[in-house]
Amino acid sequence: MSKPRISMAWFAGTLVFAVLSMLIPLPAPLQPFKPYWPALFLLYWSLESGERVTLGLAFMIGLCADLLDGVLLGEQAMRLCALVFIVLRFRSRLRFFPMWQQTLAVLALLLNDRVLLLIVRTFAGDALPPATWWISPFVGAALWPFLFLLMDDLRMRLRIQ
Amino acid sequence: MALAREESSPLFAGTVAGTLRLILYLALAMVLMVLDHRNDWIWRLRNATSVLVEPVYRLASLPAAGMRSLSVAFSDRKLLTEQNQRLREDLLLANAKLNRMAAVAQQNERLKELLDTQHTLDLNVQLARVIDVDLGAYRHRMLINIGSHDGVKPDQVVIDAHGVMGQVVEVMPRTSLVMLVTDPDHAIPVVIERTGLRTIAYGTRDGDLLSLPNISMAADVHPGDKLLSSGLGGRFPPGFPVGEIRSVEPAASGMFLEGRARPAADLDRSDNVLVLHDLAEPAGPPAPAAPVGPPASLAPAPGASVAPPPRANATPASTPPATNNPVQP
Repeated sequence: MSKPRISMAWFAGTLVFAVLSMLIPLPAPLQPFKPYWPALFLLYWSLESGERVTLGLAFMIGLCADLLDGVLLGEQAMRLCALVFIVLRFRSRLRFFPMWQQTLAVLALLLNDRVLLLIVRTFAGDALPPATWWISPFVGAALWPFLFLLMDDLRMRLRIQ
Repeated sequence: MALAREESSPLFAGTVAGTLRLILYLALAMVLMVLDHRNDWIWRLRNATSVLVEPVYRLASLPAAGMRSLSVAFSDRKLLTEQNQRLREDLLLANAKLNRMAAVAQQNERLKELLDTQHTLDLNVQLARVIDVDLGAYRHRMLINIGSHDGVKPDQVVIDAHGVMGQVVEVMPRTSLVMLVTDPDHAIPVVIERTGLRTIAYGTRDGDLLSLPNISMAADVHPGDKLLSSGLGGRFPPGFPVGEIRSVEPAASGMFLEGRARPAADLDRSDNVLVLHDLAEPAGPPAPAAPVGPPASLAPAPGASVAPPPRANATPASTPPATNNPVQP
């Protein structure tokens, strides 16, 4: 396979992996700690190769995730769209942040995502979630540096864009 | 290359086109959400795409299944022996109980036949395995590995060894979605075993408890009372354990007592579940009981004749043996 093909496959593979990770069950006590994987992987790719990640892609991934998760159709599509839009808008700045600042930015983005979700759920008539519901963005932000370094390292080793 | 990138994501000012595209997508998502909320599209879509969706579920449940088989593979020999011993004891106990139950069931069967009811004790069930998939953390639903190809239909009742788990709400070709009794949208008519009080157990939004919000103030309900399904409404068959009352306290309105009950079924631990194929009797008043009285052979002839017809005319079907008729006057 040619280089662009491999890098495309790698790109798609990580996104599929992210959606699958969202479905993998955890033991009940660990459940609130589960980060929102599709958002983290989309964040990484929109920072690293912003020309490949578009709003349309985020929308499609969100729709697939909705379909698999059985939640309201369009919920995750909206969240991921908003997330990717913000990242693409501030991409040039976010890329040159030191790691700790980038992590804080990711935390802010994930919290914003949860607020969006809360708004949607409230409109749909669900009750307020418990306090543990807010742990997930922090776990996601804590994992961000590792995810970022791991993915960067893998890209270097595989020598793909 | 670098210059091209700078153009696509400018350092300070965003492009109007990008914002417009965002607004377009957000509007599209909102329209989808509203339509789905109104019409429940997602389930139709899932049904249509189940060929794609189901393998993904199987794939996602692989790590959990792998962990389970690993824990079996690496478990301690001593632990296994102990477990084996315990299971053997349980089996003995269960067998003993079963023997007793068989006698009771037989007796029950006889009595029911006498009462001319159509209840049957043998259950027509189908074994199903729970597919371990995270369908959103705060939703009380689960997936099982049988679907319309295996003859599952919506509204079938799902039980485990300890009691009622819930009912099938969505059926796909190879999997079905079960709404658990603790789901906020779920209600099941129950009867309190000790007193026979009828009420309804709802699911709750918080935690894994059932809520009984409308018990009258004067009712005799205590923590520890067992709840059985009452069979009213025709969805759930009567007599299955549903839960056990944990606490009873006055409701916020002050008009009723509100009970909290723990579900009898192991909702979060069950691996194998049973899908009941015998749907409960249809709603409505029961069919009129067959007239119970002296055997037809003893009845006076339609004419004015008072003398009983000769014994030889009676067919065996219309004259049950005398020992089987203790309820007759």
